[in-house]
Amino acid sequence: MSIICDHVNFTYSRGTADEIQALKDISFSIGDGEFVGIIGATGSGKSTLIQHLNGLLKATSGHIYINGEDIYDRDYSLKELRNKVGLVFQYPEHQLFEETVLRDVCFGPKNQGLSNTEAEMRAYEALQSVNLMEDCYDVSPFDLSGGQKRRAAIAGVLAMKPEILILDEPTAGLDPEGREEILNLLKTLHDEQNITVMLVSHSMEDMADYAERLLVMDKGRIIMNGNPRDVFLNAELLEKTGLSVPQVTYILRELRQKGFDVDISATTVDEAADSIMRALGL
Amino acid sequence: MMRDITIGQYYQTESVLHRLDPRVKITGTFIFIISLFVAKNITSYAVATAFLTAVILLSRIPFSFIVRGMKAVVIILFITVVFNLFLTPGITFVSFWRFKITYEGLKTAGYTAVRLTYLILGSSIMTLTTTPNNLTDGLESLMKPLKVFRIPVHEIAMMMSIALRFIPILMEETDKIMKAQLSRGADFESGGIIKRSRALIPLLVPLFVSAFRRANDLAMAMEARCYHGGEGRTKMKPLVYRSSDFTAYIVLCLYFALVITAQRVGML
Repeated sequence: MSIICDHVNFTYSRGTADEIQALKDISFSIGDGEFVGIIGATGSGKSTLIQHLNGLLKATSGHIYINGEDIYDRDYSLKELRNKVGLVFQYPEHQLFEETVLRDVCFGPKNQGLSNTEAEMRAYEALQSVNLMEDCYDVSPFDLSGGQKRRAAIAGVLAMKPEILILDEPTAGLDPEGREEILNLLKTLHDEQNITVMLVSHSMEDMADYAERLLVMDKGRIIMNGNPRDVFLNAELLEKTGLSVPQVTYILRELRQKGFDVDISATTVDEAADSIMRALGL
Repeated sequence: MMRDITIGQYYQTESVLHRLDPRVKITGTFIFIISLFVAKNITSYAVATAFLTAVILLSRIPFSFIVRGMKAVVIILFITVVFNLFLTPGITFVSFWRFKITYEGLKTAGYTAVRLTYLILGSSIMTLTTTPNNLTDGLESLMKPLKVFRIPVHEIAMMMSIALRFIPILMEETDKIMKAQLSRGADFESGGIIKRSRALIPLLVPLFVSAFRRANDLAMAMEARCYHGGEGRTKMKPLVYRSSDFTAYIVLCLYFALVITAQRVGML
């Protein structure tokens, strides 16, 4: 599934005193099966942007094409769109409501018109893929731990079998193990089922580790669009917008200043280690 | 849609009215409302109109913004006027088919419409020029004498300000949960009443859960700051009357006296 945004603008509360233009002339395209990260300071328009991609917000001007079809076409079904584009909000565990975990995960598939058995099969599959153990399928979602709730909520979207999965800070507030688990899950989904993944995150390290491409947003605009190595080379610009580069990149920059001939484009710990080894001639 | 309701909303700007002590504004609103029920002829209504116009001008709030709040009550206004118009007995003015409009009906309908409109405009001015916190502070201070009857005045005021503070938070939360469920294919808009109310469950359950969670967090935070009710509690910004507040009280008294006189000696 591909996404194309063509000169998208969006203004909150248009025509009133507290009018805010949240998106300014956004254009980008994302190919089938890409893993794209979106970074940007708080209030830069990331959440607004992703809500456009499944039709929750409608652009004030501009077009969005999913798989080549204009989603603002009069006979384009929003329901179909939301089946294809799965959106996981920030703190998705706040949307759990059913009596049991399994039934909550079934909510999406049932809305797609699947029968009870089919929905339950889907739910089972989704819960398995997020590594939730079978003994908690029949308990109330409110009795789960924080990390389990998060995974159950993500399963609720996965069970709808979206072709594009968009997640707004899915690791916020989780412990390191929980973060790793969710990010690895996304990587597996992306690698094995060729799902297009868009990930909003504040962790530059996660982005360096997982994203194939980065969109950098600042004050409603996309100011950079490229692979993580290139984006993180531009540390000055990123810092100006309230972001940073991965910690290892900072270390390499310091080393370079101290006179070591290291490659400062390394963004992950492994790459950095290699680059230091090479500089030392080991 | 929620944005259209201006009743109870605060409008940020600089004006004499904004700076007045909330107690003056609450008392003033009461006096104005009472005066509307005292007034029964054109002269006294003219006095009330003049007063209201002056207050609106002093508040520096765009008139269009104040009127926007009226939209919500237009239907109630309409129903009252219609009932008054057709159901008041008296001398017939016009009649058609089974309906007749009397002179008395015409008069009561007119007065009721004006009275209700002024009532809403007057109280809107109060909330538009006073922050919710100030308003509850004012109420608490005015209700203090009720403590003699063991009415928990401070607690009531505190509950009011918390409730007011929570309205925007819960609205935002509703919006968020609604969007999350829409993304999961929920449908809030089609079907009959039963289907629609069933569709609300995925919205209401998380909303209740989150309201309780927030209430819990707030209680914990209050306790951590040693909150123990109103006894011995001091204020960072205590309410103090200034000279302008006394002037306002005098103006209010004059206004009320004027309405009564106009009612006595006026015509119609």
